[in-house]
Amino acid sequence: MQNWIDAYSWINIRFLLQGLWITILISVISVILSFIIGSVLGIIRYAKIPYLSRIIGFIIDVIRNLPLLLIIFFVYFGLPAFGFKPDTIPAAILAMTVFESMMIAEIIRSGINAVDIGQMEASRAMGMNLAQAMWHIVLPQAYKKMIPALVSQFISLIKDTSLATIIVVPELMQHGQVVYGQDPNYIIPVFVAMAIMYFVVCYALSLLSKFIDRRMA
Amino acid sequence: MIHLLTSNWSAFISGFGWTLLSSILALFFSLIIGSLFAILEVVPNKALRIIGNVYVEIFRNIPLLVITMFFYLVIPLYIVKINGFTAGTIGLTIYTSAFIAETVRAGINSVDPGQMEAARSQGMTFWKAMRYIVLPQAFKYVIPPLGNQFVNLVKNSSVLAFVAGFDLMYQGNAIASQTFETVNTYVIVGIFYLIITLPISYYMQHLEKKLA
Repeated sequence: MQNWIDAYSWINIRFLLQGLWITILISVISVILSFIIGSVLGIIRYAKIPYLSRIIGFIIDVIRNLPLLLIIFFVYFGLPAFGFKPDTIPAAILAMTVFESMMIAEIIRSGINAVDIGQMEASRAMGMNLAQAMWHIVLPQAYKKMIPALVSQFISLIKDTSLATIIVVPELMQHGQVVYGQDPNYIIPVFVAMAIMYFVVCYALSLLSKFIDRRMA
Repeated sequence: MIHLLTSNWSAFISGFGWTLLSSILALFFSLIIGSLFAILEVVPNKALRIIGNVYVEIFRNIPLLVITMFFYLVIPLYIVKINGFTAGTIGLTIYTSAFIAETVRAGINSVDPGQMEAARSQGMTFWKAMRYIVLPQAFKYVIPPLGNQFVNLVKNSSVLAFVAGFDLMYQGNAIASQTFETVNTYVIVGIFYLIITLPISYYMQHLEKKLA
């Protein structure tokens, strides 16, 4: 018989919420870093700089097509071989950032591609240089178009932080495992609680994205 | 690295096989379930639409790992003993089906509503019009996103490692912890994943360009 009442004691719920906090913290830090790195990489790939764009494009394609779990393992268990041993939370952030940067780079590139080429040509004709035209004219329009894709990438990032439980990052999934590890009768209640917590955060974000999208259109 | 590959060849290949098998099974079943829920989301009946919507929103917004671990731990507790591979594939199927439902629904919506109206005016029922007129046209639009879903599916199948599903990631971990050659092992595991995912994603990019 599943023990719902004891499973939902305040101590357990508080412990799960602490896990949720770490999940959100890791996600937010990773998404900010990935947004910056991804923007730079995406623009470089778009700009078709000889050799550089090709090489970066290939790296983006390779990392995008690997499982995130493999990247987490590689960062946590592989990097020490190169003399760099990150702690669990920094390792999770590093792995997430590497993976998400590549995903975001692709979103940025296709967002820029979606902006009419005439916008760039017109700005250049007005005497702007490439960087100015990019920064003032093309990127603001591109980011607007990318918002839904960026938010859904952020949602996957939040869900994917659960994979970091394998290197014992104290996030929601890991805290959940600790709670139901005490008693098999806690399994279903704890999974329901975890599912609700993830759902609330992710669904709220997806509603927000729809709202912004409608406002912009 | 070559030595590591040859001396653990059978483990890598069996992991590769289980990963591929799990991905293909999950793709097959999630295509069926996903298309069903996609149709539920566009039927005239409001109650059915809500059911379709709720299913999709729930499983799109919960991590795959939570779904998979739930099946791995709960089904053996009450229903029947299942192994990690089965539990993992069920989790993958359910998670992916929600994404496929979204993709297929977008495809159905991209078919001109005049097609449905014309089919209905010819005396077809809703389901017949869906089956013979709308879905075949929708599938043309959804092939590139479905291909990308398959790539995600292959990558996501690495969660089988959590439930002892004998997949590539699981075998990789086992080899890494036996040989202590972590970096080389993970590089080889990565190459095996790329053998499946890179060609598909390049082909889908090509298809997208052709359709656009």
